[in-house]
This record gives sequence, C-alpha cells and structure tokens, in this order.
Amino acid sequence: MNQPSPTLQTSTSKTGLAALGLQPVPGAPLLELDDLRTYFEIGAGTVHAVDGVSLKVDRAMTLGVVGESGSGKTVLSRSAMGLLRSGNLRQSGQVRYQGHDLIAMADKTRRRLWGTEMAMVFQDPMTSLNPVMKIGRQITESLRYHLGMSKSEAREAALVGLKSVGIPAPEQRIDEYPHQLSGGMRQRVTIAVALACGPKLLFADEPTTALDVTVQAQILDLLDHQRRERNMGMILVTHDLGVVAGRADVVAVMYAGQVVEIAPTAELFGNVRMPYTEALLRAIPKLDEASHTKLNVISGRPPDLIKPPKGCRFAPRCPYAQSKCRNEPPPLVESSTPGHAYRCWFPVGSDQGSTQLPAPVVREPAPDPAPDGAPKIQPTPPPKAPERRITAVERSENAPENPNE
Amino acid sequence: MSEPGTAHLRDDTLLSVEHLVVEFPAGRGRKVHAVSDLSIDIRKGETLGLVGESGCGKSTTGRAIMQLPSPTSGSVSYDGTEVTKLSRADLRRLRPKMQMIFQDPISSLNPRRKVGDIVAEPLQIWGIGTPEERVAKVREVLDACGLDPDVAMGKYPHEFSGGQCQRICVARALVLDPAVIICDEPVSALDVSVQAQILNLLEEMKERYGLTLVFIAHDLAVVKNVSDRVAVMYLGKLCETGTPDDVYGSPAHPYTAALLASIPKPEVRSGSEESAPLSGELPSPIDPPSGCRFRTRCPYAQDICAQVEPEVRDVGNGHFVACHFPLVRRPNEPATATF
Ligand SMILES: Nc1ncnc2c1ncn2[C@@H]1O[C@H](COP(=O)(O)OP(=O)(O)O)[C@@H](O)[C@H]1O
Ligand SMILES: Nc1ncnc2c1ncn2[C@@H]1O[C@H](COP(=O)(O)OP(=O)(O)O)[C@@H](O)[C@H]1O
Ligand code: SF4
Ligand code: SF4
Ligand SMILES: [Mg+2]
Ligand SMILES: [Mg+2]
Repeated sequence: MNQPSPTLQTSTSKTGLAALGLQPVPGAPLLELDDLRTYFEIGAGTVHAVDGVSLKVDRAMTLGVVGESGSGKTVLSRSAMGLLRSGNLRQSGQVRYQGHDLIAMADKTRRRLWGTEMAMVFQDPMTSLNPVMKIGRQITESLRYHLGMSKSEAREAALVGLKSVGIPAPEQRIDEYPHQLSGGMRQRVTIAVALACGPKLLFADEPTTALDVTVQAQILDLLDHQRRERNMGMILVTHDLGVVAGRADVVAVMYAGQVVEIAPTAELFGNVRMPYTEALLRAIPKLDEASHTKLNVISGRPPDLIKPPKGCRFAPRCPYAQSKCRNEPPPLVESSTPGHAYRCWFPVGSDQGSTQLPAPVVREPAPDPAPDGAPKIQPTPPPKAPERRITAVERSENAPENPNE
Repeated sequence: MSEPGTAHLRDDTLLSVEHLVVEFPAGRGRKVHAVSDLSIDIRKGETLGLVGESGCGKSTTGRAIMQLPSPTSGSVSYDGTEVTKLSRADLRRLRPKMQMIFQDPISSLNPRRKVGDIVAEPLQIWGIGTPEERVAKVREVLDACGLDPDVAMGKYPHEFSGGQCQRICVARALVLDPAVIICDEPVSALDVSVQAQILNLLEEMKERYGLTLVFIAHDLAVVKNVSDRVAVMYLGKLCETGTPDDVYGSPAHPYTAALLASIPKPEVRSGSEESAPLSGELPSPIDPPSGCRFRTRCPYAQDICAQVEPEVRDVGNGHFVACHFPLVRRPNEPATATF
C-alpha cells in the first residue's frame, strides 16, 4: 500500500534552517539532547517531569522511547521540539538540532523549523487535525506557508502526499473532513500532514496507542517506510515494549523523568542490566507462556515527581535495592557493550546484582466452586484462600503519598 | 445461505448464549448489526476470553448477557434459566448473580462517595444483611482485593491510583457473592505493571470465590494469560473458539492468524519492512459483507465465501472454526489454507 514518496519541494525558496541563514554544524548529530531538564512549578512544588536526559538521534535511525505513563515521554518529546509553552515551565540543558540550540532560539525562529525540519505525530489524530477543515487544506496550508507553493501546486502535492501514506481514492478523500475517516485513516492523514514539508526529524508520540493491533501494524509499517524513503530520524515514543522491539534501532527506557537504560535494541532485550527494564519485561503476559502463568508484578507505583527519592528512583520498588541505592543516585554508566548505558548500582547479571528472580509459576486449576448460597451474606469461604501476593509495599501505597494522582 | 450453527456448544454449562443477535437502529431504517447469530458457552469455574478488535461486538455481547439491554433475539441461559424470558421481578432476583467490571475504573466510581459506601452500596440496594454484616462483608472483600479496609473505607476514589480504583471495582463486584463476573477490558487502561497486579488479582478472586468469568479484551496475550477457553470475534460473528493453546498455537481462522501475526512482540524483529499481515479496513457493521464477514480482507477468500456463510465446525479436540477453508498447521510451517 505504501507508494514511493516523491519529494514535495517544488519551490526554490529556502526553508527550515536555510531560511534562517543557518547551516548544519558539520559532524553534529541530527538531534542531541544534553542534560535536558523540564520542570513545572505547581502549587505543591516543582514537578521534575524530565530530569537530566541526554540522547542522540541521527538521520535514518529510529530511537524508541519507552516507559509507563507519567515517566516523562511526552514532556521529553515536546520539550525537544520546543512545543511546550506555559508560565510555570522551567527548562535547562540543551536541545541541539543539527548543532543549533533550540532552547536558546527565539520562539518565532524555532517555529520556522516546525514542519520543515521536524514534525510530530500525536496519539490522537483529532488533537492535530482540525475537525472543521477539509483534509486537503490541512496539508496545503503548510505547503503554501513554508514552501511558498501556489494553490494548485499545493493541491497536487497534497494528493501525492495522501497517496504516499496509503489513503485510497485520495482525489475523493482530499475534500472530506476528518470525522469521515476511520481512526487508522486519520492517523495516515496526520502522518501526511507531518511529512508534507519534508522534515528530517519525526517525533511520533504513541502514534498507534489508540488503534487496533492490525491497524497498528499498518501504521508502524508506514512510518518505517517513510523514514527509510526520506532518510529521516525518528523518535518513536510508546508504552509498549513490543512496539519498540520491532521498530527501533536504539531503545531508551524512561522512569520517573530519567533515562534509566539505553542500548541498541537487540542488546537491550538480550542483555537487560537495569532492574526496572527487567521488571517491565517480566510483567507483560507473553503469548508463548501457558495460560494462568502468574505474572511478576512491580509492586507499588512510580514516585512522586515533586519529591523523587534521593537515591535511585526505582529503589522503593526494586527487588534488589540495598542501602546504597536509597542514598546515592546511580549515574548513567556505559556498560562494556558500546552504546549500552544504565543507571544502577547493582545491575542485573552482575555478581552483586540479582541472582535470579523466581521462575514463572503456573497457577493451580480452580478448585470446585462452592455451591450457590442463600441471598444472605456468606462468611469468607474456608481457607482455601491462596497465599497473599499483595506485599507490604503495595499495602503501604494506601497511604496518601502521591497527591499527584 | 447457511448459518453458523451451534456445533461448538457443550453440555453442562453455567452460561449458554445461543443465536444471539443485537441490532441498533442506525437511522433511515438501517441497522447496526453489532452481534449476529453468536453462540458461546461457559462452564462453571471457567474463564472465557472474548477477543477481537474494537467494534466487533464484545461489549455488546457482555451487556446482552446481562440483559443491558436484552438482545434483539437469541437466548441467554444461566444455570438452566432462560434469562431473556424472565419477568422483571425474576430478572431482578437474578441480577446479583452476574456482575460487571469495566475498563475505566475511575469513572465507574462515584467521586462523591467514600469507598466504604461505594462497596457497600450493592448490599444496601438489595437489602442484604444487617448494617454490621454489611460492614464485615465490605471489609472482607476490600481485604481480599489487597486494600487495607481501615485505610480505604473512609477515603474517596480520587485518593487512589487507577490500579487501586480497579481493585475497588473488583471489591464492589464481589460484595454480592456473584457467580459470574463479566470483565469488559478491565486492564486496558492500566500500565503494564498495574495490569499484572489486576490480572493476578482476578485469578486469585476466581479461585477464592469460585467465580466464572467472561473476560473481554483486545490484547491477545492478556486474554491468553487468564482464559480457559477463548472465542475470537470479527464484525459481530464468532470466528473461532477453543482452548488458548489450540487457538493461539494453531489458529484455524485466517483472521485469528492475522491478529496473532500483528502483535508486536517484545523481542527484536529481523529487519523486513512490511509486516502488517492485514490490509484494508473493517467494513461497516451497518452493511456487513455477505457470506463470511471477513472475506473482504481475507487472503484466502474464494467465491463461496461471498455466497455462503461458513458453518462452525470442529477441527479437533473441541477447537471450532467458522471458515470454509480453515488453516491447518504442518510441522515447522506457518499455518496455510487447505483447499
Ligand atoms: N503542564 C504540566 N504541569 C505540571 N505537570 C505536568 C505538566 N505536563 C506534564 N506534567 C507531569 O509530568 C510528568 C510526565 O508526564 P508525561 O510526559 O505526559 O508522561 P508520559 O508521556 O510518559 O505518560 C507527569 O507526572 C505529568 O503529570
Ligand atoms: N448503543 C449503540 N447504538 C448504536 N450502535 C452501537 C451501540 N453500542 C454499540 N454499537 C455498535 O455496535 C458495534 C459493536 O460495538 P461493541 O460491542 O462496543 O464492540 P467492542 O466492545 O468489540 O469494541 C460497533 O459497531 C458499535 O459502534
Ligand atoms: S540502583 Fe539499586 S534500587 Fe536502583 S535499580 Fe539498581 S539495584 Fe535497584
Ligand atoms: S477463507 Fe473464506 S470463509 Fe474462511 S475466513 Fe477467508 S473469506 Fe472467510
Ligand atoms: Mg505521553
Ligand atoms: Mg468494548
């Protein structure tokens, strides 16, 4: 379904960096985050949403950013693109696009780069599509603004764009409104909009989270295909380890605003070092495990980002935590494998670290159920009660510790 | 045109749904064919996993079992009683036996009531027990769900995380000692780590209270983890049913095979660019395809698939499929069609 994507720039006017009179700095990566910190001041204190993230993305590569909700993935990608605007925002560190710091740039200047150098695809297509504007116009507007195309040039280019993202009958669809399309087709349109002006860097923030699994596979194929065709760098943000495993070259795992492990994809999944990554992988039900396999839970919940633990942020939930973990924050250190770094004092597989977490347990088949009783309150069934799996840590989460939630 | 039939239904079931049809008006005399001639059954103590992509009719099926609303046609029999024919009073008496849990735990709890009252409410509505007995029961189910009753009962839902709210919903469902709980996407809104906690909890509660579960979800791995039997739906129809091992290990319906092949697995994929096994889009349930509803996207479709609806048939060991050309698995080969 994916058509080859012809380049849409037909105009000769300068765009993106060039329009700003800037040249890519030789040797600089496409995008480089250097100790990026994004904090929000709220009544209760300072939310450390992104807290010291350093990353690199080159052309043609996909960086997967994975983590549970609230770990800072969206704030990270929005701050990297400079999309966040609010009075209570505090940012530090650098975001260098082809060597130029975006944080230091004036808003007006940075905005010239949106669409032409970098673009974003969001989880919900309806947040980026205008519901009362025809699909075609949503693409042609930026073509006309950024690339200076005439009306008919832009329409022609929009048709090509819609076709390249696999919209059937684009001549008809171009004059329809977003609500006339299915969720999958709408996401294709947002991809067409994002790619219209030929960005070199694409942020995709949970682009398939709202979609069904067969449609998700189609959309991920499309993003992959477009990235290769256009030699784009892509940052694929998701909560789904399965999605990054199949699609990313490098994976960064986020926890409580920080990257806790980063590695080339095969290395990460083959040689997990950080206990949080390991715990996440073990918590997922697997297709190849027997039914009723007891899942490994991560007890408790992520820390309050206003007062993150002073040592390792995962320490309150980590099965391997020791007193050093609770007192000193582990730095992100390189392992012996190039490109693999993790934050942990006692990494998985090291002598001091884990021996082994328990092997999977298959639950006993259900005993014969008790006969139906009268509509009176039944006493607790006699102690065929299973052993408790609720740990002390989990119980203590009843305490009001996280006003955030 | 033939019918799917009921060859796959068993004896000795607690809940049996036969020829279930649910249609909704869609304006201008048209109808949404949400569920069309669906038959499924569940034995006591079993968990039936109901899977399929959004819009295939899973929630509608769950609600029709509860008579919320009662189906357009077809039968729902619970423990030998035909539920669709019950008088309002009799239905009311049956209601406590069947409970539901939903996807969004936070919005299914009244934000202005304390957790203790929320969980006790069903007991009050049904006038069960003395006030002391109610409190004792509420404490018991909260405790069973991993919440400390002393802490939880006096708090409001917003003071709890999503996972804890789902525990509260499970406690509320348990308080009436139901026989059946219909869980409609109970973990779909939760993070992976919390999802594992709730899945384990449901398994524990099933064991402890001798429950029979209908577990609705779109995540196939989640469904496999909790189910004793699985039923795969597409566009209001049953595609395939059997044990999780049979359905996942050797899917016989082309749609099941495509669904399984679409799942991103947390292991590294070997480079090939195109991986989506299914192209095209779900047809409209207002005007579903003739014959086999999957035929517009099925790579194996033949002329007969447009003309004759496939009958559910046995492919061995209680593994049933509704397809004219079911897939068979040869050793060391991916499933292929037989003709
Ligand atoms: N504008 C804001 N003001 C205050 N806190 C915020 C704001 N935006 C995000 N946060 C907080 O930052 C943290 C990270 O959020 P987010 O990046 O959306 O997580 P993710 O995308 O990984 O789910 C969360 O705790 C969230 O509540
Ligand atoms: N109350 C309703 N009125 C009209 N259509 C409905 C109603 N409820 C569900 N539907 C339609 O019925 C079909 C099945 O829906 P549903 O049972 O919710 O699917 P699932 O739970 O599998 O996602 C869908 O096409 C849906 O739009
Ligand atoms: S530093 Fe300690 S607490 Fe943190 S992940 Fe490593 S072992 Fe666990
Ligand atoms: S082979 Fe025919 S009957 Fe079987 S799923 Fe495909 S279209 Fe339906
Ligand atoms: Mg997010
Ligand atoms: Mg549903």
